[in-house]
Amino acid sequence: MTILEKVTALLGEGAVLEAGTDRVPRFAPGSPDAVALLLGTAHQEGWRVRIEGAGTWLQSDAPADLALTTRRLDRIPAIEPPDLTATAEAGIGLDQLRQQLADRGAWLGIDPPGLAGRTLGSVVATASAGPLRHGFGPIKDHLLGVTFVTGDGRMVQSGGRVMKNVAGYDLTRLQAGGFGAFGVIVLVHLRLRTLPRADVTYLLEGAREDLTQVGEDVAAAGLTPAALELVSPALARRDRWVLGVRLAGSPALVAADEAGLGAASGGGRFTPLRAEEAHAFWMRLAEGFAVRPVTFRIGGVPSASDELLDLLQHQLGDEWISASPAAGSIRWTGEASIDRLQRLRRTLAGLEVPLTLERAPWPLRSAVGHFGAYREGVGPLVTGLRRTFDPGAALVVATEGE
Amino acid sequence: MPAPSPLARDLAAIVGAKHVREALAARVTYAMDGLPTHRRVPDLVVLPGTREELIAVVRLLAALDVPFVPRGAGTGLSGGALAGEGTVLIVLTRLNRIVRIDRANRLAVVEPGVVNAKLTAATKPLGLHYAPDPSSQTACTIGGNVAENAGGPHCLKYGVTANHILALEVLLADGSLVELGSPGGETWGPDLVGVFVGSEGNFGVATRITVRLTPVPRAVRTLLADFTSIRTAGEGVSAIIAAGIVPAALEMMDQSCIRAVEDSVYAAGYPRDAAAVLLVEIDGRNADAVVAEADAVADLLRTAGARTVRTAASEAERERLWQGRKKAFGAMGRLSRDLVVQDAVVPRSALPDVLETIYGIAQRYGLVVSNVFHAGDGNLHPNISFDATDPALKQRVEAASAEIMSTCIAAGGTITGEHGVGLDKLRYMPLIFDAESLGAMQALRRVFDPEERVNPGKVVPVHACREWASLARAS
Repeated sequence: MTILEKVTALLGEGAVLEAGTDRVPRFAPGSPDAVALLLGTAHQEGWRVRIEGAGTWLQSDAPADLALTTRRLDRIPAIEPPDLTATAEAGIGLDQLRQQLADRGAWLGIDPPGLAGRTLGSVVATASAGPLRHGFGPIKDHLLGVTFVTGDGRMVQSGGRVMKNVAGYDLTRLQAGGFGAFGVIVLVHLRLRTLPRADVTYLLEGAREDLTQVGEDVAAAGLTPAALELVSPALARRDRWVLGVRLAGSPALVAADEAGLGAASGGGRFTPLRAEEAHAFWMRLAEGFAVRPVTFRIGGVPSASDELLDLLQHQLGDEWISASPAAGSIRWTGEASIDRLQRLRRTLAGLEVPLTLERAPWPLRSAVGHFGAYREGVGPLVTGLRRTFDPGAALVVATEGE
Repeated sequence: MPAPSPLARDLAAIVGAKHVREALAARVTYAMDGLPTHRRVPDLVVLPGTREELIAVVRLLAALDVPFVPRGAGTGLSGGALAGEGTVLIVLTRLNRIVRIDRANRLAVVEPGVVNAKLTAATKPLGLHYAPDPSSQTACTIGGNVAENAGGPHCLKYGVTANHILALEVLLADGSLVELGSPGGETWGPDLVGVFVGSEGNFGVATRITVRLTPVPRAVRTLLADFTSIRTAGEGVSAIIAAGIVPAALEMMDQSCIRAVEDSVYAAGYPRDAAAVLLVEIDGRNADAVVAEADAVADLLRTAGARTVRTAASEAERERLWQGRKKAFGAMGRLSRDLVVQDAVVPRSALPDVLETIYGIAQRYGLVVSNVFHAGDGNLHPNISFDATDPALKQRVEAASAEIMSTCIAAGGTITGEHGVGLDKLRYMPLIFDAESLGAMQALRRVFDPEERVNPGKVVPVHACREWASLARAS
């Protein structure tokens, strides 16, 4: 029997999707149990499995015997506004999730790069935070627990549905940013906020170094923006660099921060955006990182932001960059060769700055790896984790570079 | 005095004889942590004074295949830092140097034995503080906080320990050093810092800890609201959360706790006849916004049924209100000889029902239970006062504790929010995790410590695990 026939017999016709251009058979299990069944079988049969979400972020080009997409895992079993928690399956699109949360007065404080329909599982697996990281923290801070299926088909629960939880080891943190190397996330328990009653965005254009200074002044003035993002002209589609400031929260807090913004603008003038303009600005920013072939993020200390931006400009060009200087995180997208990326990663490692490759075509991804240039002792731990949670190496993930 | 054992001699050669404790009288000092229901006497106690000594000690123990338990100040509440027969206790309190404070980047590098409150004291003149503030913060160490993923009243707004650890240097059981995380918070590969924090000393010893520092808020408003019923106090909590206000802290104390505090030297002026009080703190960097939010909170609490809502008029009054809360566990020492400080979490909306059930359980078992807890997180601390020398009473306490845990689990909660599993909660782990998930945890532990020599027998009940292949780290 072919893989197609075997899996069809296992999961039913409903789980079979049309193959992509590379003719790799694609399956969409309809439940977490079906994911476990498929991966358990793949492990036994020695099949290599590519994991996909909505197909809008990571290129679907890893060589594999079959592709497993989470797109039919799109239910939201629970939204609990009084507790500010929700439970959603990994294949739900963020746009759908956001809408359903908003209908209940709840909000998920993340704005990852990518298209609006990017799946929740993809965002968690890649730990891709966007500008809201400034105010609300990295992706892991929004997670209460996950359920995942290991490469050999074991279903594992981690964490729970409550605000604090230290029962057992934190496997949720292993999965957040694991790029699927340690299992396929099937269910996510989320920490929510109430829908901000005030949400405004201001932009300031100028030279990069001037805007960096304004960013520092905003922080020093005691303002607490939800996002404080420095965006390159090409990405912002403006003539100059742009500092985007998003204020979200209670009307009292937002009003107080609005009043303080002018004083921190360094002589420039922040322009308020209308709601639809603000939405378009942040969406354009997110979507910009899903357009070009290579996207990566780096994270340094805030005082190194300028130096790191200079380094990126020097080594790769600065056309499409977004940075949260106060959080020390920078995201770059564009075209880059294997050699240049590897060299950049080595240079950054010397500065104690990790580079995480978020998306790239398979030849580059497999050569450079999502991770690399580990600090002392980390490599053996990652290898041990891979062997433990995917003992047959069924999951095709470019964890480390060749 | 008997001659020291060969191991004690070897350890003394590393740290000096006065930092190795072999006499029973000295070892007994370390037989318990903050929980009076578990007791284990370690074979040997060693107190390294430098990172290099610590490394040499662990490498010696690795060479001799001797299990060990790292311990901070011993303020834990789960029996997690107890070492039994055949096990060496490594006490880290002498590793208490603040290595570096980086004001510009709001971080500090510390050794594991640095006391939580001392780090804040050192950074406060720079306008920064270390946000996680467990009630034991004047004694507990950052290393212990990392091991337990400690919380505290102000974690409602600022997050628990895991949210404040950027990087770690970790000494594994085999004596090898690993560097996890980076000063900027981005990870080298998977988030091994996140995996290590809260691993209860089962994955190794943190030798250097890089923590995030948080600006000291410029404006603070502290409110005390009192209620004539626990239920309305719980509804007050829900009203604040539902309004989208995130107080810095939102703490509840019940009548038993209030009276214990008011009868003690920590008397804070809580109304003795109240069924419950809520201590709510709003902070921020803009005074007007803080006042506006505090006013909104006061209105919500009054609407929810608060009898009175008062705002601390001065810093001295604020400190007094907080001292009552932070010293409540100590004040409860007046009620009985021993105290079991329990720890569980429930969905916030379930608080009123769960609290009523807990009082019912205490009544059935004839026990005194006092509640002082992080209401904003749904993190309960039902504390049972008793006399541990009475075996029958001790048995009743354990049975009541088990029922309380079951109640919290049934409400959709969990068995510990900040104290950890240690020895105390081992038996409850199968109630919330299936055999496969427990097996995954044990397998994760083996990646860091294949021989399970660090803090053996804690966190995961091995008998309840489904078998996973034991796969050591790649060499």
